[in-house]
Amino acid sequence: MENNIIEKLKNANLTGRGGAGFPTGLKWELVKNAKGEKKYVICNGSEGEPNVFKDGFILEHYPEEVIDGIVLAMDTVGADSAYLFLNHDYFEKMEANLKKIIADKPIILFKKTYGYIAGEETVICNIIEGKRVEPRPRPPFISDKGLFQSPTLMNNVETFYYASKINKGEYSNTRFYSVNGDVSNPGVYELSKDLAIEQVLKETDNFPEFDFIAQVGGGAVGEILKKDELNKPATGAGSITIYDLATLDAYGLMEKWANFLLNGNCDKCVPCREGLYRIKEMVQKKKINKEDIERIFNDLEKASFCALGRGSATPFRGLINKIDLS
Amino acid sequence: MAEEIKIKINNKEYTGMTGETVLTVARRNNVYIPSLCYHSDLEPKASCRLCLVAIEGRKGFFTSCSTIIEPGMEITTDAPEINDLRKKNLELLFAQHIERCNTCVRGINCDLLRLAEEYKVDIKKYDDRKINYPNFQFGPSVFFNSSKCIDCRNCVEMCEKQGVGFLDLESHNSFVETTPSKDPKKDCVYCGQCIIHCPSGALSEVDSVPQVEDALAAKDKYVVFQIAPSIRTSFGEEFGMDYGVDVTKKIFAGLKKAGADKVFDVSVAADVTTVEEANELIERVTGKKVLPMFTSCCPAWVKYVEFYYPELIPNLTTVRSPQTILGGLTKTYFAENEKIDPKNIVVVSVMPCTAKKYEITRKEFDVNGLKPIDYVLTTREMFRLFKNHGVDLVAIAPEEADSPWDSPTGAGIIYGATGGVTESALRTAVHKLTGKDLEKIEFNQVRGMEETKEATIKIGDITLNIAIVNGLGNAKKLVEALKDNPKKYDYVEVMACFGGCIGGGGQPIPTDKEIRQKRAQGLYNIDETKEYRLAEDSPTIEKLYKEFLIDKEIIHQICHTRYTPKLKENNFYPVK
Repeated sequence: MENNIIEKLKNANLTGRGGAGFPTGLKWELVKNAKGEKKYVICNGSEGEPNVFKDGFILEHYPEEVIDGIVLAMDTVGADSAYLFLNHDYFEKMEANLKKIIADKPIILFKKTYGYIAGEETVICNIIEGKRVEPRPRPPFISDKGLFQSPTLMNNVETFYYASKINKGEYSNTRFYSVNGDVSNPGVYELSKDLAIEQVLKETDNFPEFDFIAQVGGGAVGEILKKDELNKPATGAGSITIYDLATLDAYGLMEKWANFLLNGNCDKCVPCREGLYRIKEMVQKKKINKEDIERIFNDLEKASFCALGRGSATPFRGLINKIDLS
Repeated sequence: MAEEIKIKINNKEYTGMTGETVLTVARRNNVYIPSLCYHSDLEPKASCRLCLVAIEGRKGFFTSCSTIIEPGMEITTDAPEINDLRKKNLELLFAQHIERCNTCVRGINCDLLRLAEEYKVDIKKYDDRKINYPNFQFGPSVFFNSSKCIDCRNCVEMCEKQGVGFLDLESHNSFVETTPSKDPKKDCVYCGQCIIHCPSGALSEVDSVPQVEDALAAKDKYVVFQIAPSIRTSFGEEFGMDYGVDVTKKIFAGLKKAGADKVFDVSVAADVTTVEEANELIERVTGKKVLPMFTSCCPAWVKYVEFYYPELIPNLTTVRSPQTILGGLTKTYFAENEKIDPKNIVVVSVMPCTAKKYEITRKEFDVNGLKPIDYVLTTREMFRLFKNHGVDLVAIAPEEADSPWDSPTGAGIIYGATGGVTESALRTAVHKLTGKDLEKIEFNQVRGMEETKEATIKIGDITLNIAIVNGLGNAKKLVEALKDNPKKYDYVEVMACFGGCIGGGGQPIPTDKEIRQKRAQGLYNIDETKEYRLAEDSPTIEKLYKEFLIDKEIIHQICHTRYTPKLKENNFYPVK
């Protein structure tokens, strides 16, 4: 049965829905084959980026499937226990209901009390172990040495949800989209994962008539796309946020991103800690030195310790290059 | 199993072992890769991002300090794109750090400035983010200028490794920053390991050079310098000399040139400590008193016991540390003989240690109402003192120390290395208990840089189980293990710093394992050249016990003490 689910995941081409898009079947196989006396499964429900709400939506509407997916993973990789790592609000809101569904299954609910960085997988391992809120160097990968140095399978809430669906033969290539910003019908929608962004907007009756830009894949580090760049599927955590160009406060938006990232990072490495600070300084003063900020972007992308830093130049660069800041 | 692995760095083949990092292999082969946060005593943190390298066939750049070598790896350490990233990282590092280079303790011994020059960095490109950050002072020992901190967190890791955890991380206005802990159960023990692992000059000793200069300038003061065992094979490094070179007599010459009235050798008092400690050990072992007996010449360890394990205070030997004994002798015996009013004597100790600055403030050490020691300088402070007086250690002609505290035995010299105190005490204890000359003077089983050593020594019917630890984290483990097995040891030597005093928090920067090894070897080499190698064989000691240390009362006054539990001393008050 176990091999069967790994085959099913592979055949369904399911990829991680936390944003990185790693093939799920392969991940499960790696942990299943990893050597270790103990193994762990962690469901990452830390969802903390602005404008991304789909994991919360799934936990609220389909908690049984998520728990079923976790149990399936435990059976498959040979883990005795699992953690369901939830952001503060989700924990407060859904603890009671989830506990009812979990009943006597060895799944521990864990409340996240830190910022954005606490969604990174090695940071989650550190937090559960009571260690410093900092990413670990990789390798080793958590599939080899994760929680308590044991092989660990970590997937996002949506991924476990779909693992359960695939196992039951109920998956039809869909994903969840958080659509918001200057739209008439904001909300979380489950639609084909292959739809182009513009189609998602159209099918949900959200395609704007005004001039706009979109931020796709996350409300902080998501990519900035112009109207004519929306003929491709959504990436990352699957959020689509629309900004009306007539009312957009571009510097204000960048300051919001900068504040979110500065508050949410771990301040361990130089590019992320100091680079983001200098970006914030420039957008606050509304005085951007294009040559210098590009060097900071380059440094963030190529020299940061973890994915948070490496990804954080994307929105700033997109906005600066794609709209007229004056 | 460790196997040989062949890699290429900049197209040249090198051999490493399984588990080694790219940086380790590069360093060993003198291939230059810049770094700031890396220190071989600590786990790589990969936070400064300066040691980035490219690896053939892999996308992106990798920190060499944290990248484990693999067979056939081809590494490039120097390329325009890599150098450009390093330069930007340096610009951003300087963007947080205030530049006060003219008054900085690091002076020209500054890795940041060296790298700025190498990568042509405009260090004033940005306004310093930490310009208004606070200063902190930990006791009389450690100064933390947080405006200079570059967030490498070496100090935090070191403090944790020491089992102290006083330097902590705290969130302030969206930055996670190094801060002294507010936890009432955590306090600084003044070991100064944070200082010798700090790359930015943010951490330093509390500067006593100005007070010493004042004393030297005062006409009515009789200024006596006394130097610790361990600094004689390290101080040369401050002047660019090789590691482990014996510069004892050059130090005496330099101190005289700086204006010292007398220069003494603390190793002489180490011989007194040895005699007293051996006596106490024999008394405790034969009299079935509190065991194990802990050494107490390391003041960071004493504070650690007083604060973290006050229930173990009775285990600490009552014998005072060598510097305290010598200061006490100088202000009594020496002052009487020389007819000098002890009130006018200023004793300055030059120590490998910042905790010694704390030790001299202890009221329980007062002798006739006077502090045995007035000031403690670290080796780095003595370097600044020498610079003030135009002393060039390399060029200066050696001079002898002054009588009567000029001739230590070899036992008093090896105090500076981990295991040295034990070896000195054993030489004396075996001699006393057997009444015979030692077949072999060296106790090799207690030597070496291992962090925890054990030895069992049989002397007649007595079996002594001994433990020797360096690094307070290791002491903590030992003390915890004693809870389950309190009778495991009879004698425990603890030095707070790695390698003992030769790795002390007041030693020259850099200090690492290899350097500690060479400094220790230097001390053992001196020991071998000494005519007397047992403390009690010293004519100075013999004379002292005949003329001055003649009864229990005076011995107690000069050589013994009691310790008391301590509450937290560093409850944070920023100073400007």
